[in-house]
Amino acid sequence: MTADPLAQTIVLAACAIALFLMCVAFFLTVWRVVNGPTLPDRIVALDMLVAIAIGFLAVIAIKTGFNLYIDIAISLGLVGFLATVALARFVLTQGMPQDDRDPLAAAPGRHGRPPETRRGRPQRRRGRAR
Amino acid sequence: MAVLLALVVAVMLVGGGIFTLLAAVGVVRLPDVYTRMHAASKAGTVGSGLMLIAAGLHAFDFAILARAFAGFVFFILTAPVAAHLVAKAAHHAGYRLSRHATCDEMRDHTKK
Repeated sequence: MTADPLAQTIVLAACAIALFLMCVAFFLTVWRVVNGPTLPDRIVALDMLVAIAIGFLAVIAIKTGFNLYIDIAISLGLVGFLATVALARFVLTQGMPQDDRDPLAAAPGRHGRPPETRRGRPQRRRGRAR
Repeated sequence: MAVLLALVVAVMLVGGGIFTLLAAVGVVRLPDVYTRMHAASKAGTVGSGLMLIAAGLHAFDFAILARAFAGFVFFILTAPVAAHLVAKAAHHAGYRLSRHATCDEMRDHTKK
């Protein structure tokens, strides 16, 4: 690139804004990784962390001028995809542990009930068994 | 010309940052794992892809722009596959929807 000072100022300011936004996004996602109630929540948040790291790499490629960072970002995306697929297979084979229940989730039996038993019921709403 | 290219790069950078931040807010705020992955896989992919294309444009080289675009296409291809695998595995393992959910069309496929 030519050394136009106005263009460089614009790009550096945008880099600073993007780095700030992605720092906030990074810490929000880390909060979900640490605090997520179930294992799939953590897997989704780790996938999101990989996407944020790719964004960081792109911003650093712009700031430093080393375009090799774009190749690193592509390979990081490949590794993140493979890790997410492997963790999904782990969840599939392992099943849900008994203590790994989302506190906001529906009560068991509400979504797992086949529709025939629901049709025969009276329409009166019963109190939610907690 | 250089100022115009810098403006385009700046808009794409800030837009990608805003998309990523909104994806992170969705991951934190939404009620269950399925809605969280809906936020993370769509907005997060668009955010990082916008930043990659901004880096490719800023380099002002066709080979680098082509690689950045290839990376963006790769993320667009792999993010739905990963999200679908995680959702299917979580639903099959018995993780339930939030209690605000009105309809679970895969209800009968849960425990076979």
